[in-house]
Amino acid sequence: MEIFGVPLQALMSQLLLGLVNGSFYAMLSLGLAVIFGLLNVINFSHGALYMVGAFLAYIGVTQFGLNYWMMLVLAPLAVGLLGIVIERSMLRWLYKLDHLYGLLLTFGLTLLLEGVFRSFYGVSGQTLDVPDALAGATDLGFMILPNYRGWVVGASLSVCLATWFVIEKTRLGAYLRAGTENPKLVEAFGVNVPMMVMLTYGFGVALAGLAGVLAAPVINVTPLMGSNLIIVVFAVVVIGGMGSILGSIVTGLGLGVIEGLTRVFYPEGSEVVVFVVMVIVLMLRPAGLFGKEK
Amino acid sequence: MSAALEISNLQAWYGESHVLHGISLSVQPGEVVALLGRNGAGRTTTLRAIMGLTGRRSGSIKINGSEAIGLPTHKIAHLGVGYCPEERGIFASLSTEENLMLPPVLASSKGAAAGMSIAEIYAMFPNLQERRNSQGTRLSGGEQQMLAVARILRTGARLLLLDEISEGLAPVIVQALARMITTLKEKGYTIVMVEQNFRFAAPLADRFYVIEHGQIVETIASADLNARMPVLTELLGV
Repeated sequence: MEIFGVPLQALMSQLLLGLVNGSFYAMLSLGLAVIFGLLNVINFSHGALYMVGAFLAYIGVTQFGLNYWMMLVLAPLAVGLLGIVIERSMLRWLYKLDHLYGLLLTFGLTLLLEGVFRSFYGVSGQTLDVPDALAGATDLGFMILPNYRGWVVGASLSVCLATWFVIEKTRLGAYLRAGTENPKLVEAFGVNVPMMVMLTYGFGVALAGLAGVLAAPVINVTPLMGSNLIIVVFAVVVIGGMGSILGSIVTGLGLGVIEGLTRVFYPEGSEVVVFVVMVIVLMLRPAGLFGKEK
Repeated sequence: MSAALEISNLQAWYGESHVLHGISLSVQPGEVVALLGRNGAGRTTTLRAIMGLTGRRSGSIKINGSEAIGLPTHKIAHLGVGYCPEERGIFASLSTEENLMLPPVLASSKGAAAGMSIAEIYAMFPNLQERRNSQGTRLSGGEQQMLAVARILRTGARLLLLDEISEGLAPVIVQALARMITTLKEKGYTIVMVEQNFRFAAPLADRFYVIEHGQIVETIASADLNARMPVLTELLGV
C-alpha cells in the first residue's frame, strides 16, 4: 500500500522515528518549561544534563556492571542531585537579575560539562546496547515496531502525563502554579518556596537525565549530543508558549511527527522544518500556541 | 499572656530607601487595630515588614511572643499569622477552591488554633461556594476580596493582617466586609487592618494608629475618637 507514492511501511517507520524524537523534545521542553515558570531561568545547560544522563547510563552499564534498568533510576537521580547543587551554589544568586544572566551561567556550565566529557571520551561517540528485554521487534501487521522505540515513546509519554497531572491536578501542583505567579505571597502563606524552587530545578533536570538514559541505546552517545538537540528544544518551548506545561508536551510530540513526515516527503527540509514552524507561529501568535499574552 | 503582636522600633528598607523609621505598636489577643495615614505613609510597608516581604529590617517583631525579625518569610506564617495583601493576590492559574485551599494549615503551635472548616467558610461566604470551580480571577472584585480573606481563615492563623480590604468596592460589599470583621472579632481573632477608608474602620477598631513618614504619630483609642476627631482630620486630610 502506498500513500502519495510513499510505501506505508516507510511512512510508518518515519512517523515512529518522529514520535521517538518528539518524546525527547517533549521531556526536555517540559523540564525547561517547569524551570522557566518557577525560577525564571532559561536553563541552557538542559541539553548538557541530558548528555550527562546518557553518559552516566553508558558508564554505569559498561564500567560498573550495572544494568540498564538500574541506570534508568540512578542516572536521573544523579543528574537531579547535580541540578540541586547547581541551583544552591550558583543559580539562586541570579534570580533577581535579568534572564540573560541565568542564560549565560547555564551556557557556561554547558561548555564546562561538554569539555569534561570530551576530555575523557573524545567526540567519536559511544554506543549502548538495547536491554535484552526490549530487544527485537514486534510485527503490528501494518508495520514492524522495534520494541525499544515503542518503550521510549510509551515511557516518556507516561512521565510527561504524570508530570502534567501532578502540576495541574494536585495540591503540590497548586503550590507550583501559584509560586510561578507570585512566589512572595506563597511564601507569606508559610510555604517553603526556596526549597520548592530547588526541588523543581532538580526535578526538571532529572527529566533531562531520564531522557538521556532513554536515548542512549538509540543514538550515538557523544559529549555534543545535547547541543545538537537543545536548539530544537528551545524552538519547541517557544512554539508551545514559554512556561506552558501542556504546550510543551503537545508541541514536542507534534513537532517530532512533523519532522518525521517532512523526512518522508521532502527530506531536504527536515532539518529546518521546526524553525519554519516557529517563524510562522511567532508571526501569528507571539506568545506561542499555548502561551498566555502578557 | 503575651501580646498577639508586639513591634518595637521597627525599621525597614526597600533597597536603599529607608521606609519605616522606628514603628512601635502592641496588639493584644482579640483586639482590632487600624493603621491610618495618607498614601505612602508606610502602613502597607508595616504589614509587609511583619511578613518579611520588605528588604532589610531591624528592630523587633514579636508574634505571640516569638521573635520574627530574623525569620524567613515562610516561617513567619507559622507563628500564626494570616496575610491578605492589598492587591488581594488571587492566583489566575488556580480555581476559586484551589485558591481557598492554597495556604497550608499552620502547625498548631501556640499562635495557631484549629482553622475554620470549609463548611464554615462557605456558610460565611456563600458566593465562593457557588463559584468554587471558576478561575480565581474571574470572580468579581468583592468576591475576590472575600476569597483573599477567607483563605487565611482556613489555616488556623489567629492574627490577621488585612491590607485595604474595603478599597474600590461597592458600598453593599463594604458593609458585608464590615459584618465579616465584626464576626471575626466575636470569634476572637486579632486583626490589624490598614485602611484608607476611615468610615469603614471607625466603628470596627479598638484602637487607631496614625502613621506618617514611616513613624507612628498618633495613637487613639476608640473611646476617645470623637474628642480627637479634629487632630485626626488634620492628619489624614479628610
